[in-house]
This record gives sequence, C-alpha cells and structure tokens, in this order.
Amino acid sequence: MSNENFDPSSLPDLLPLYYKKLFPYGPYYRWLNYGGVPKNYFNQREFSFTLQDDVYLRYQSFSDQQDFEKELQKKCPHKIDIGAVYSHRPKDHKTIKSTAFQAQEKELVFDIDMTDYDDVRSCCSGADMCSKCWPLMVIAVKILDRALRDDFGFQHLLWVYSGRRGIHCWVCDESARKLTALGRSAIAEYLTLVKGGENTTRKVTLPDKLHPSIRQALEIINNTFFDYLVKKQDMLDCEEKWRKVLSIIPSENILFIENTEYCDDFTGKFGKDTASRWGILKKRLTEARQLDMVKPYVEEEIKLQLCYPRLDVNVSKGINHLLKSPFCIHPKTGRVCVPMDSKAIDDFDPAKVPTISGLLDELDKVELAEDDQGKKFRDYKKTGLGPYLDTFETFLKGLETSRKGKMIEQSGQFSFNYL
Amino acid sequence: MEFGNKSRSRLNASKKHAFDERYPHRLQLYKDPPNDTISLQEFEELAVERLKVLKAIETIGITHQKGTPKYNELLEKEIAATKFKDCFLRKTLNQTEVELDNRRRDHMSHFILRLAYCRSEDLRRWFLAQELDLFRFRFQTEDSESRIQFLSCNDLKYKPVSKEEQEFVTKQLDGPDHMSNASDIEYYKVPFLEALDLVRGRKVFLLSGYAYVAREDLVSILLSVYRTQLSHALTVTSRALPSMEEDGRLLPMLCGLSKRYLGQDYSAKKQNVGVITADMIDLLSKKSFPLCMQNIHISMKQNHHLRHGSRLQYGLFLKGIGLSLEEAVKFFRTEFIKSMDVDTFDKKYSYGIRYNYGKEGKKTDYTPYGCMKIIMNNAPAAGDSHGCPFRHFDADFLKQRISTQGISKEGIDVVMKYTKGGHYQVACAKFFELTHGISDANSEVEMVIQHPNQYFEHSQKLLHGPAKPISTPRGVKIVNSNSQASNSTSQVVKAEPMDEDTNALTQEQLTFLDHDM
Repeated sequence: MSNENFDPSSLPDLLPLYYKKLFPYGPYYRWLNYGGVPKNYFNQREFSFTLQDDVYLRYQSFSDQQDFEKELQKKCPHKIDIGAVYSHRPKDHKTIKSTAFQAQEKELVFDIDMTDYDDVRSCCSGADMCSKCWPLMVIAVKILDRALRDDFGFQHLLWVYSGRRGIHCWVCDESARKLTALGRSAIAEYLTLVKGGENTTRKVTLPDKLHPSIRQALEIINNTFFDYLVKKQDMLDCEEKWRKVLSIIPSENILFIENTEYCDDFTGKFGKDTASRWGILKKRLTEARQLDMVKPYVEEEIKLQLCYPRLDVNVSKGINHLLKSPFCIHPKTGRVCVPMDSKAIDDFDPAKVPTISGLLDELDKVELAEDDQGKKFRDYKKTGLGPYLDTFETFLKGLETSRKGKMIEQSGQFSFNYL
Repeated sequence: MEFGNKSRSRLNASKKHAFDERYPHRLQLYKDPPNDTISLQEFEELAVERLKVLKAIETIGITHQKGTPKYNELLEKEIAATKFKDCFLRKTLNQTEVELDNRRRDHMSHFILRLAYCRSEDLRRWFLAQELDLFRFRFQTEDSESRIQFLSCNDLKYKPVSKEEQEFVTKQLDGPDHMSNASDIEYYKVPFLEALDLVRGRKVFLLSGYAYVAREDLVSILLSVYRTQLSHALTVTSRALPSMEEDGRLLPMLCGLSKRYLGQDYSAKKQNVGVITADMIDLLSKKSFPLCMQNIHISMKQNHHLRHGSRLQYGLFLKGIGLSLEEAVKFFRTEFIKSMDVDTFDKKYSYGIRYNYGKEGKKTDYTPYGCMKIIMNNAPAAGDSHGCPFRHFDADFLKQRISTQGISKEGIDVVMKYTKGGHYQVACAKFFELTHGISDANSEVEMVIQHPNQYFEHSQKLLHGPAKPISTPRGVKIVNSNSQASNSTSQVVKAEPMDEDTNALTQEQLTFLDHDM
C-alpha cells in the first residue's frame, strides 16, 4: 500500500506533536477505566512502550489520565502495547513477590495477520497488503463478529486496523475480561478452522455434519467468494496457481476428478480463465458427489481454506499477552491504528487511514477554537481522525449504556431487598 | 489438609453416619480433605497403589483411544492388579464396612497424591490429566441411575430444555438436512463456560452465550467442573506446602513419589553440557534426532529462519541434549545470518535463546517439551514448522518424508497405520525401531517414546554403546532388543527407591520448592 507523504525517519520529530495535539486521551481513558468499576482497573493495567531503537519498557502503569498523558508526552513511545490488569500496580512489580503479582483480567483479544495467509494469496506476501487481499480481512471481521455476538453473546467488540497488514479485535464485555486462560483457548479453538503448518496442504477437514457456526461462516464467504476468487486473486489463471487450489482436494478423491479429462477441460476451450475453470471444478465436484465418489463438503473445504479467518491463537490464549494499542502510530507506514465499524466494514479502506504526517498538516489548517478556560486550541476531531473517533465513541456509548443498565438492575435488587 | 491426631475411636463411632454423609456415592469430587489418622506405612502404600493406577492410565491412553472397549478392557486389567480393584471397578458390594473403607482409601490416596504432585506446573498437569481420565473411566462404567444420583449428590442440577427449544436446537444442528420430529435427544442449556471442552471441539450448539448440551455429553461438563475445582485446589495446596516442611517424615517421601513417576526431568541434567557443540548438530540431526526435530532442522536450513514455536521447541531440545548457551547462540546465528544481518539477529533472536536458558525475563530454566506437550499444545499454523510430524503432517507428506530414511515399504505402511489410528507416539517408536534396525515391520512395537530427548539419548546409546551417561524416564522400562522382551503393559512401578541418588534429588526438589514459593 502506498503511503505517500510519510517518511519513517521523520517519526521521532512527529511523535511529540502527535502525543501533544492528536492522541485522544479522553475517550481512551474512558475506555480503559471502564467507569471506574472496579476502582483500580486503570492504574493496575500494564502498558508497555517501545522507544526508539527497539528499547522496550514493560510494566508501565499510570494512576490516572493526567499521569498517562504526562508520561506519553515525555517518552513519546514508537509503539504502545496494552497488557493485563494485575493484582498490583505493574510499575511496583519488582517490590512484590513474583507469585503474588498475577495477571487477573484482560479483554479477550484476537489478532489476525495477513502474513498467515501467504499460501493463499498471490498478490503480495509478508508485510505487504493490497486491495486484492484486503477482502480476506473483511471476511474475517464478518465471520468473527457474528460468531462472537450470536454464539457467545458478547456485545462490546472493538475492531481495530493495526496500521499495516493486520487487524485486532478487543472483546470488552465484563464476562470476556474475566475469562480464564482455559476459557480463552476454548473460544479461540472454536473459532479456528484452518489448521496445520508448512507441511500440511489440506488445512481444513470438515466432519460429516457441519456445525451451525461453520454454515453461517460459509454463507458469509459465499456472498463475496466468486468476486474475490476471480476479480481479486484470479486464483486459477495459470497451472501453478490452479494446481495449488486442486491440492486442497483430498488425494483419494482427486484421481476421480482428474481422470475425467479434467486437465483438458482446464486448459482447453472451456477453461479459458478463472471464472470458467471454477465453474468446471464446481460442476465436477457436484457430479462426483452425486455418484458418491468424493467425500462431502470438498467445495466448502476449498472455500474455507482460502478465506476462513486465520487467528494467531497464542495472542488470544494468554491473559498476560500484550497487544498493540489502538491510536498508536505504525512506525513503518505512519498510519494511525484506528477503530473500524464492523457493521460498515465493506466501506473501510485501509489506504484511506490517515497518517501521522497527513494529520499534523491537516491540523494546522483547522480553525482555532477555545476551550472552557478560554485557551485556544485546534480540535483534533475536525481532522481526518474524526470519523474513526466517532466509531470509537459509539463503542464507548455502548459500554456505558450497558454499565448503567447493570447498575440500575443492581440498585433495583438492592431496594427490593430493603422492602 | 490434616493428618492430625484425631483418634481412631471417633472414626469408628461415626462410621455408619459417615457412609451417608461423607461418601454418599461411590464416586466423589474430592471436595473436602480427609481428617482421619493414618500410619506412615499405609500413607505410602495408598500413594504407591494409586500411582500404579494413574501410571497405567497414562500408558494405555497413549496407545489406545480413550473410551473404546479395548481401552476399557486394558485399563480394567491393570486396575485389577492393584489394591484399588474393588474400589475403582464397578462391583456390587453389600458389605458396607468394606465399601466404606474403599471409599475412604480412594479419598485418602487422592489427597496424598495431591500433596506429592502439587509443587510444580508439570507435576500438576500430569496429575490432573490422569485423575480426570480415571474419573471419566469410572463415571462411564456407572449405570444411568447411579449417574443421575451422583449429579444430585453434587448439586449439579441440570434440567432439559422445553420441547419447542429442543425442536429449535435440532433444526439448527441439522441445517438443510433437517427432518421434522426426527429426533428426541434431550438438551441441557448451560452457560458456555461450563462446557468448554465441548465448545473447544465445536461439539455443541451455541446461542447467545449458552451451550445446548446433549444428554450423552453431560459427562464432559462434569469433568470440566472437576477440572476447575482440582486445578484450583492443587494451586492452593502448593501454597500451603511450606507448613509441611516441619514434618521431617512426609516431605522426603512426597518428593520421592512425585520424582519417581513423572519420568526424567531433562532440565536437571547437566552432565552432558559442553559435550555437544554447534558444529556437531548437523550430523547428529541425521542420525539421532526424532522426526519432529529433524523437520525443524531441515526447515531452518532451507529458510535460514524459524518462527517462534519452532525456536522454543527446537531450542529447548538442543539445550536438553547438552548444547551450552554459547554454543546455542553460535548455532542459530550461523544459520540465521544467511537471511539477516548480525545486528537484527542479536536484537531479535539472541534474547529468546538466553530466555530459554533462564538468563532473561522470568529467569526460569525452561524444560524441553515432552511428546504430550508437542502433540496437544500449540498446533502449528501456516508457516510454522514445529509440532509432531506424526500428528500434524498430511499423511502424504509424512509418508514422503519417512520414505527418505531407508525404511522398507512394509515398515512405512506400519508407521502410517499407527499414525492413521491416532497413535502418534507408537508410530514414532516404530519409526525409531526401524531406523535403528532393532525390529522389522512385523514385530510388535516395544518402545515407548515420551520425550524427544529420550529418543535422542536412546539413539545415541544404541549407536555408541552405553559409555555416555544416558537416562530413561523413571518408572517406565524402555525395552529394546538387548534386554528381555516384555509387553508395554508390564511397566512396573516399583515401591522401593529406584536410584542411589534419591538424596540428591530430594535436595534439588527442596531448593526448587523454595524457589517456587
């Protein structure tokens, strides 16, 4: 992805300005403070900073918003990670017995990284990403968002674009924050379908009966699959590429399909391009299935292996695992790590996410406004960051509403007890 | 936990009462510790006998799928050979005296082993796994009436959902294949957190945070309740252990117990350090590395890089075979700098190597991974080369890989047969025997491979004779062609100390204990 007007070497000069004028301290604190219930949630939270030249500071913690603001402006970290809420203030961890200092709660987090899709995308590899592979992330958001809400009943999901090639999800419901490591790993495994490393070609094996959540995932994939396969990836346009797709078919079934003049069709007059070849493949599979020559769901397995979200499960499993914070700057691209609206994920374009340099230029042009004390300032909400802050605000409102609801419920019980 | 001085007479007086109150059911979840008096001799006997059972459960679980008739049959046979046969095997006993004593022994022995197995993460994991399997085995041999009775004794009152809800769930589960009124499976609605094992395997329908558990899967919920409770109790017990140190009689015995039956601790072995150097690895990998390590080695040679999971699995294994920290850094650097500059390596990777050797971060001296950990935990994802080839490779690719090792076609087929049956460690053992020329395709598998380092040491021993210090897991007899033949179920747990160095080990345990507190 091009990142015009950003030069990584200018980062040390830009960061102080970003942390002074643009970082949304207010909303950010409102999020991590969770309404001050329980009381020490913010000041026992671990933050870790990566400074220039990969100097790494773990176990930072802050007593309140002002403290956080001050330190951030002083240290100007190149990267901020958020860790768990501990039994004690993390900055005091050296003074506490190591067995007493324990990670207690954290949001349930998911990390999806484009590099894990390298074997199924032809446009880029490694850290690169383009509009041809971004649809994979859109599918991932839709599938996980549905499963987390409908299956597990979670409501407060914060989706974030990491600034380069990945996306994160922070599940912030109280029940999610209190999950044990066992609970986290069970959820992560429930959501994992693509399994196996470099030495596994068939990474999805479906049972004879599809689980409802997989059927739902397939429905989501089907909505955009053809478009993605043909227009975006052109997945069957040459032998090397279509051989790769065919390798997903179980070896005991592939013979049947290849025997029936399959290769001829694929390269001959019928199979001209990806679209027609996919048609041939589908037809063959359906025919073979009717004759009971292949196992069920081969087509589904192909689709899932190509598109189903690939989670980095280790990030989700550990309570004390660190994950990059929203609103920090990606040091290579200069892009802000911004919240995404999962309901409008089709409209999200990573290429349009503002860069630190772009934002600072913009801010200079924003008209001066006055704050309560009559001090003049430029409102960061009027820059390109605005729409993303709106998404964040909607998320925060949701959290606050359900917190209020719960308090009313509790006070209701309370007065009931009194009667 | 009290083994205090409460008099035995009190126990006798309340025996009848205790039968209903304390042990209302043959099975129990071991919620409350016993507070009877017990002689040291009985203490040790109970522990050793229960350990025999747990050890049998572990061994049989490796070679057979849990819950299958064969598994149950073998397990029954093993248990029948211990003093717990009346207690764990279902029999109708009318003599309440004997039955009460059985339940008491079950109760006591469980808590004694809790003490012995609570002190480290590895020990706790092992104990928890075997106890859960024992419970599953026992619960499944109960009849349905007894099961329901057990649930109510333990306040686990689940109610089936209504007919309409049941209809809805079946419809969701069947999808397009749904036929009306085709099923009458009862479902129980529980918060998904209580059915994590079913959630993990996608074996249950979820809606808004609730799991709809089929009646036959209720045992899984029960196990998860038991697991949570036992796991918590073990942690609590480990914190309470220091107070036990005052009693000079118990601690050495407990240490000995836990030490003897978990197998070799590869982190504690120092005698080999320095013998192996970085430039020897390449050759050793071809001769004596198990397939999982060979695979990582090959992958590293190809890519000049390893991902996190592989660095851990391989790095700790190399540490276990005696590669010193300096040599390890040298080894990885030589290979990695073919794809990156020295600075990047020093910055990004040498920390991790020092971490493995306990020089960074938490400063824990990490132990090499055993087979169970490699097979069960952290399966490789795209781009990863760690894991167990027998478990995580495609069958085709595995076949291709092992056929490069000079094994006969029949031999390959036997290995593949074990792999397909899910007996990964047996497949690995067969692979070992074939590559080392101990057996041919037709003979029974005699080895038990439980640790990659065990594989390595055993291989080295065969190649060079027993001159080098070797070690095999304690409590498990590794049988090869040189010693007398014996089948896998005859692994003997001995009651007497097995090593001259028991004292040294106890000393080590003690320092470890202090460290852990």
